[in-house]
Amino acid sequence: MSRDKIFPEELEHEAIYILREVAAQFERPAILFSGGKDSISLVRLAQKAFYPSRIPFPLLHIDTGHNFPETIEFRDWLVKETGAELIVRYVQDTIDDGKVQEETGKYASRNILQTVTLLDAIEEFKFDACIGGARRDEEKARAKERIFSVRDEFGQWNVKKQRPELFNILNGKINPGEHVRVFPISNWTELDVWNYIREEELDIPSIYFAHQRKIIERDGLYWPHSDYLNISADEIPFTETVRFRTVGDMTCTAAVLSQADKIDNIIDEILAATISERGARIDDKRSEAAMEKRKKEGYF
Amino acid sequence: MDILRITTAGSVDDGKSTLIGRLLYDTNSITKDKLEALEAASKRKGLNFTDLSLLTDGLIAEREQGITIDVAYIYFSTPSRKYIIADSPGHAEYTRNMITGASTASVFIILIDARQGITEQTRRHFYIASLLRIKEVIVCINKMDLVDYTETIYDKVQNDFQDIIDKIGFDEQQVHFIPVAAKDGDNVVYPSQAMEWYNGPSLLEYLEALSFEKETAQLPARFPVQYVIRPQEDKYHDFRGYAGRLVSGSLKEGDEVMVLPSQRSSKIKSIVRGETYVKETAGNESVIITLDDDIDVSRGNMLVKATENIDQLVTIKATICWMTDAILTTGKMYLLQHGINRIKVKVTAVGAVLDIRTLETAQGKHRFELNDIGEITLKAASPLFADIYEHNPANGNFILIDEFSNNTVAVGIIKG
Repeated sequence: MSRDKIFPEELEHEAIYILREVAAQFERPAILFSGGKDSISLVRLAQKAFYPSRIPFPLLHIDTGHNFPETIEFRDWLVKETGAELIVRYVQDTIDDGKVQEETGKYASRNILQTVTLLDAIEEFKFDACIGGARRDEEKARAKERIFSVRDEFGQWNVKKQRPELFNILNGKINPGEHVRVFPISNWTELDVWNYIREEELDIPSIYFAHQRKIIERDGLYWPHSDYLNISADEIPFTETVRFRTVGDMTCTAAVLSQADKIDNIIDEILAATISERGARIDDKRSEAAMEKRKKEGYF
Repeated sequence: MDILRITTAGSVDDGKSTLIGRLLYDTNSITKDKLEALEAASKRKGLNFTDLSLLTDGLIAEREQGITIDVAYIYFSTPSRKYIIADSPGHAEYTRNMITGASTASVFIILIDARQGITEQTRRHFYIASLLRIKEVIVCINKMDLVDYTETIYDKVQNDFQDIIDKIGFDEQQVHFIPVAAKDGDNVVYPSQAMEWYNGPSLLEYLEALSFEKETAQLPARFPVQYVIRPQEDKYHDFRGYAGRLVSGSLKEGDEVMVLPSQRSSKIKSIVRGETYVKETAGNESVIITLDDDIDVSRGNMLVKATENIDQLVTIKATICWMTDAILTTGKMYLLQHGINRIKVKVTAVGAVLDIRTLETAQGKHRFELNDIGEITLKAASPLFADIYEHNPANGNFILIDEFSNNTVAVGIIKG
């Protein structure tokens, strides 16, 4: 099969339409930027939606302190490149303020803690719309998410009271204190994102490509070795050629053994993959409803 | 690559989620970890087989009750096409969610349990497909394994269905029947070995062969202005672009256009798609249009071709589906959102209201309750640039928003 024009253009037109509605319907929108491929695609879409103007919203990054250094480096490069405004809020500050407590034990991560930092930032800047790169194909609770998803004052998602979303009509009317989470790439799959990155020739953080890394094996997954990961004496780090399929924290994102060093090879690998993208996300594995529960609390 | 949007209707008892699960499974769209999770979940439920329906019931409440409550969107693709399935609930009390799933679909799949034949529910599903004027309807007569794959049973359901088509269908509609056994995958992706009397395509084969000509390009051009682009940089000092997504028709450089409601005319100077200047736009693209003349254009205005004018509606006759617990009666005010445009409206008359269970008109009922479908007349505070749904569906629909709760409380299709 020729790979020249695989990306369904309709998805881009839909996403641009959604981003423009955000700019028109809300006073203080922000893009939730993680440095991952989905939010990188969002930034590209925003550039196209408002060209030749600049992107009319800031990027908000919730820094857990457990990020891959390559992600942070990329983030700063992208901000310079696009001229976008960057706002960073730190989970460490939330911990220091005594609002949340660091998890303990070998599975300790800051994944859940960052929700509090996010909600604080939303309140601080009075953001009324937060644009995220979540996709419905990622996870079954996300498959139920609307494109404009209303959150109450506590950031909570009420799954039983979602607004019906009909045709292409987006209703972003909210009461004071509420905000809307917006998902312009809801209808994209992992493969769509990669084809988009390929066809738009977007730069992405180096950890998506095969590289040498120290890892440990735990529960059948390869965990990146870092200062943040609590390891036991029998978990002995070793070096392998790996890459990351999804980019979260160093404490909750597993690596895959891979030699893919170019986008084309990554796409081939995904086409042949027998494990889903979020199969490498340790944060989803806590229970069958792990994502739904976190989303109800205001998670990304 | 094109996208085909499908909606499925039928309750869990008809095997709808199983059918979708099978479609994914047999196209290798379920990864190993998801399959293992399904196997574990099936075991926890005490089942001795892998329940593919657990794949789509994504919410805790749905898994508890074993029913689909809200629409789930599911994705798979073949080398030729990307599919988006809106897995919609079939129960009468979730009719609004079914309409939500169906509103973006161009193919409507109805499931029927071969043992039960046509039920009240089947009629309701087909009614909604026809109300939304979905031209392509596929009736999957499922659980053929439980009736020994008997051809006469399949024939009977098909014959009975013809009566409903005669009553509720419309001329351009195409209804296709397929006998399936979703649990084992018969006629879902692969042809069935057990039903040699059936020579037609499997469900996926049928979907793959469907071709949708770009009908909307033949319709009049409708371009609602979403956002005005005025760059701050000196380099683009004179740039003033009107961003929007073409709802129907096509526009090209040099076209004479009219701005509504002002009725001022101008010519299209340029069309920008992404960061590229293009000569022409069609097929629901998101673009930016610049005009030759410096005239007043703002969000909510609509550009049309000078030769393709539009009736400006102040009195709107529509069929609506009421989607909330509160009651709609004559005299109430709402915000109507048509595309991106919001206008205050007042309910001036409530006409015939349908009983969604029986599809009979409820006598003397002049109010709408949750899931009711019926006729309504609205008076708008300013004119609406809409088409009649039957002529141009994409520009003929709206929602009603309750100004106190901000909720979407109704969906409407314009009759005149």
